[in-house]
Amino acid sequence: MSKQSTRTIKIDTLARVEGEGALYVKVKGDEVQDVKLKIYEPPRFFEALLRGRHFSEVPDLVARICGICPIAYQMSAVHAIECALGVEIDPSVRLLRRLFYCGEWIESHTLHVYMLHAPDFLGYPDAIAMARDHQAIVQQGLRLKKAGNRIVALMGGREIHPVSAAVGGFYKAPSKSALRELVDELTWALDASLATACWVSGLDFPDFEQDYEFVSLSHPDEYPFNEGRIVSNRGLDIAASEYEDNFTEQHVEHSNALHSVLRGRGSYMVGPMARFNLNFDKLPEVAQQAARDCGLQVPCRNPFRSIVVRAIELVFACHEALRVIREYEPPPIPRAQVTARVSTGQAATEAPRGLLYHRYGIDPAGLISSAKIVPPTSQNQKRIEEDLWHFVAQVASRPIEEITWKCEQAVRNYDPCISCATHFLKLHVERD
Amino acid sequence: MIPAFPARPISLSYMWSVIRLALCIIGCGNVDRGDDAAGPLVARRLQRFGAQTPGVEIMEQSGESFSLMDCWMGFEYVILVDATAPSGMPGQVQMWNARADKLPKDIFPCSTHAFGAREAVELARAMNRLPPTLWIVGIEGKQFSLGTPLSPEVERAANSVAQQLQNSVRTTRDLSQTGPERA
Repeated sequence: MSKQSTRTIKIDTLARVEGEGALYVKVKGDEVQDVKLKIYEPPRFFEALLRGRHFSEVPDLVARICGICPIAYQMSAVHAIECALGVEIDPSVRLLRRLFYCGEWIESHTLHVYMLHAPDFLGYPDAIAMARDHQAIVQQGLRLKKAGNRIVALMGGREIHPVSAAVGGFYKAPSKSALRELVDELTWALDASLATACWVSGLDFPDFEQDYEFVSLSHPDEYPFNEGRIVSNRGLDIAASEYEDNFTEQHVEHSNALHSVLRGRGSYMVGPMARFNLNFDKLPEVAQQAARDCGLQVPCRNPFRSIVVRAIELVFACHEALRVIREYEPPPIPRAQVTARVSTGQAATEAPRGLLYHRYGIDPAGLISSAKIVPPTSQNQKRIEEDLWHFVAQVASRPIEEITWKCEQAVRNYDPCISCATHFLKLHVERD
Repeated sequence: MIPAFPARPISLSYMWSVIRLALCIIGCGNVDRGDDAAGPLVARRLQRFGAQTPGVEIMEQSGESFSLMDCWMGFEYVILVDATAPSGMPGQVQMWNARADKLPKDIFPCSTHAFGAREAVELARAMNRLPPTLWIVGIEGKQFSLGTPLSPEVERAANSVAQQLQNSVRTTRDLSQTGPERA
């Protein structure tokens, strides 16, 4: 093959990402000529579906957007509606919501670290092949994920598509003794998370860094879940109500999905790396020390190291869950009274994959008159393409199979809700 | 769950009948996605028929791999019912002995955003966590759109599978009720 021949990598179906997607990369010699990531997002459908439904139905409806991060959708929804309707929640409810989110982060991050991303680094086509050689590691991952499942099942009534979250609180608050039953397993999970961080920090990472604009929530006292201002490392500092003044979604010719960009600035990154870089000082000491032990620098600009950052967030989530359980006192009433009024409310929370923005308009009868949902994957989509532009240039001289593998791995750095799909891609490689 | 053995001496045939009742039937799928509801429908029919009996557990599962691997732990016999991908024969019922053979990749659609039933079986195989006996019953689906009902062919097939499983469970249960003295 001549050095200047054109090579085209087409990944036709990125199955089971958030919507449907494909990847197209064209390389001539060592020069990248085109990169297109196409993701067709289902949340547009949900926005239309929500109109005309009562605000109290929204948490259960939006939970159906995603099987892995339903709590994120529920949390952004309840906070946006509570913002619209002027609802104050009980401090215990606030704690419970943090615990709920801990469960989802543990589930989601464990799935990604162990089952979806680790096989890339260890040279396996998928987690099943990896499990044959690394049973103990996979076993640890399964147990860790189950610890997250237990929190979600206890808090949400079931592991998948939980049903307890409500505008104003929860339909039912757990007892102290019910939460205490989780302590032993979460104590084990904290140790397992530290072991996870140690394990993944020893993987071999490509030498690749980018100058990102990181965007995440920031709270004065805590690592962000449900509250905080939206900040960036380049001076952004806004309330959720100002989100649409600062961010916009753009149509691109090659995709049905929208690219979210910062107005006048372009792409940005949301997710674990953004949170970690912008909120390192809010992590508990055990997580900060684990990050230092793993050799993570702040800021971390190598997206391939996001697997280590996720492991550090696992440490945080287990530690935080234990803290919440220690401090929890059941609320006097699990759910505040909520009265409908004409209003609009916005909220952003931190889904496992990053910032998740919701806005709802409500009419006098309490029916949803407008809805807008911007998921993390939409926000990272342009950034993933830009990573690929730069990264493919570094590996363009390598065999086509290796480029394809590396491209998929680069996409999976973002865990695009959910990158397990990329372990089941249909690949077509064309050579001119 | 596996029933407790009686304290008195038992015959081998009774032991066999008890072991046979350590059976778990799992209906996998999403009831809100058209024919993906075939598995849960079978589980619900069995529950309505009264197939639930000591030693026979009937469950619904979303098909998420890790929960599946957990829920069949401890059972000697597992029957997993799931919808399979369309191939032009909606309602076609196929069975696989998962202990003996790998499950075909293209036949089992993955559950949304997660590993599915096939991945659960293959991951469990890789980790030596398969139950001693695992049968997979696949009911071919026609469409899996959100919010749509089951196709008539698939619903008929699911009812038929439920009836056959119910008959098998009843036969096994009757055998167990003979007890150690009559065994």
